[in-house]
Amino acid sequence: MKTSYRTAVHDALRDALRDDPRVVLMGEDVGRYGGTYAASKGLLAEFGPERVRDTPLSELGFVGIGIGAALNGLRPIVEVMTVNFSLLALDQIVNTAAALRHMSGGQFSVPVVVRMATGAGRQLAAQHSHSLEPWYAHIPGIKVVAPATVEDAYGMLAPALADPDPVVIFEHVQLYNASTDVDVLTPTDISRAAVRRSGTDVTVITYGGSLPKALDAANELSLAGIDCEVIDLRVLRPLDDDTILESVRKTHRAVVVDEAWRTGSLAAEVMARVMEGAFYDLDAPVARVCSTEVPIPYAKHLEEAALPQAGKIVAAVQSLFGDQS
Amino acid sequence: MIEFKMPSLGSDMDEGTLDEWLVKSGDKVTRGQIVAVVETTKAAVEVECWQEGTVSELLVPVGETVQVGTTLATLLAPGERAEKPARKRPAPSTSGAAKPAVAPPKAPSVRPPTAPGRRRWVSPAARRLAQSLGVDLDAVSGTGPQGAVTISDVEHASKEPAAQTAAKPTAKLSGADRAALMRKSIAAAMSRSKREIPHYYLAEEILLENALTWLTTRNAQRSIDERVLPAVLLLKAVGIAAQRFGEFNGFWRDDGFEPATGVHVGVGISLRGGGLVAPAIHDVPDKKLDELMSELTDLVARARSFSLRSSEMSDPTITVTNLGDKGVDTVFGVIYPPQVALVGFGQPAQRVCVIDGGIRVVTTVQATLSADHRASDGHRGALFLTAINELLQQPDLLEK
Repeated sequence: MKTSYRTAVHDALRDALRDDPRVVLMGEDVGRYGGTYAASKGLLAEFGPERVRDTPLSELGFVGIGIGAALNGLRPIVEVMTVNFSLLALDQIVNTAAALRHMSGGQFSVPVVVRMATGAGRQLAAQHSHSLEPWYAHIPGIKVVAPATVEDAYGMLAPALADPDPVVIFEHVQLYNASTDVDVLTPTDISRAAVRRSGTDVTVITYGGSLPKALDAANELSLAGIDCEVIDLRVLRPLDDDTILESVRKTHRAVVVDEAWRTGSLAAEVMARVMEGAFYDLDAPVARVCSTEVPIPYAKHLEEAALPQAGKIVAAVQSLFGDQS
Repeated sequence: MIEFKMPSLGSDMDEGTLDEWLVKSGDKVTRGQIVAVVETTKAAVEVECWQEGTVSELLVPVGETVQVGTTLATLLAPGERAEKPARKRPAPSTSGAAKPAVAPPKAPSVRPPTAPGRRRWVSPAARRLAQSLGVDLDAVSGTGPQGAVTISDVEHASKEPAAQTAAKPTAKLSGADRAALMRKSIAAAMSRSKREIPHYYLAEEILLENALTWLTTRNAQRSIDERVLPAVLLLKAVGIAAQRFGEFNGFWRDDGFEPATGVHVGVGISLRGGGLVAPAIHDVPDKKLDELMSELTDLVARARSFSLRSSEMSDPTITVTNLGDKGVDTVFGVIYPPQVALVGFGQPAQRVCVIDGGIRVVTTVQATLSADHRASDGHRGALFLTAINELLQQPDLLEK
């Protein structure tokens, strides 16, 4: 049976609310409207306004309330519509949620889960389309995850809620409509990267909304005789160095695909770790495909041109083979 | 008594080395079963047996090189009784040994030019490998990005690359040996083609808008591993057109054209480290796009790992070469004898076209036909190419 990413997110929320009375869902439009991306449709009716709460348009306020609720024993899931809006709540996430365990000498923990949409591709223009998850991945004290598959869209919420520290979940807007054949959705983990396609010639490292593009590129490259291994990072902080390095040591080449801008990006961090850990195994410079460094345009053709696409990934991979491809 | 012979795995093959027997005396063999692995200059090929029976005797031991047509084994037909065979050793090949007949050329001792003061570009992994193999990097020419020396360059330059990479038992030839032999066999086939075949060439620009739009819609409903690439549409279109225009699908032998019964499209696959093979996808017009996609993926993977089957190597009836991913616009191919036609595709790209009196930017591909003028004329060639074009304008006809 085909299950969509959107349904998987919805079912994960529903099961979490059902299984643990401490879980509450809060955010802008999560209740009566059913969520901007329709991920919480029907949950207000099923669980009532005590546990599914519409909040005012005040990210700083309601993320702070979520943190306070977590400190006092609840397991809140706070939805911040879009990563662009989450900047208003950065103070709460970075200065409070991420820091309290350390500042209290381990006396307090903040088991809050913050979900938000990220990424471009739906013509939502420069204030709703950015990929700022690398900023969050910079912060010690929180975990940052990016489910890229239907399985993870469902499976990452339970371990995120079970984690004693804050977890930020990034759902790429272009993935909500993706669907896969799955029988039963079960909890996954929030610790390891996953090899989504094994190959021998080059490692393509990516996450979130760029995973389908990387897999498309790998299919195309297989006809040109280049066998790609595709790694889905899944967890952006802490990075799973072992999976990345093991693969690069095997293939001797790496391309990082990251929809964020390249300057100071997660792609830059992954490349640095490859240099630190696998330099003597490299047979070509490490390459990357990132978004063009402009605020994401509204016009469809400009937006498409600004983002990583399968064709750009194919070109980046081929550039590592010189005359040998 | 059935004689199972060393097959010709392409017109450029004179002899082959028996790498491995996959059956033994007394085994039952079914039609199409893979019974042996034969090493040619191009690949270790899995050889099928097309007759049913029971293996009576294996006549050629593993490691021996024999000429095409030499009996490798005898089989008893179903119901046939064994009789004492007059044991006859097969004549060893002229080259006489399992070793390749041609010594691989020594790496050129000329040092590649380096700009004064600039360190040569050698990948970290290649530098480490060269050190462990004792290869002098100054004598290695680089083929990697920006001319850098890579692992495969060092392996080629190394005297015994096989020792380092622990070659599989079926791959006795080292990479460098194989590359040299393959170069030689390509040289032989292509010289023969240009010497004997009076080629004519036609080209046509094909609008891909319909096909790509259709394919995008089709793929959007599928998961990534079920998606079909545009190359498969091109293959299918050529296959169907070749079925309609029989004079492009077959062989020129003994001063006459022999039309082929099925359409088996040879797909040009360039191998890393140099060289080229063009194994066949069988019965292309009868297969669904999904089947063709998975067969193509499988074929490319096996070609690169040197594990093709004899039927794929020996019987393409027409060849398609696709150099689009290398960025060229147009390819004028050389026909692979004894075939009589080759269809080439360049890079699908956005180009300015006049359509219905207006100027538009559309995605097009340059299709070319190289055909044997002994078997067909330009008029029919043009119709053949146009048929491919028309098929690509109605992509749902290609689904089947």
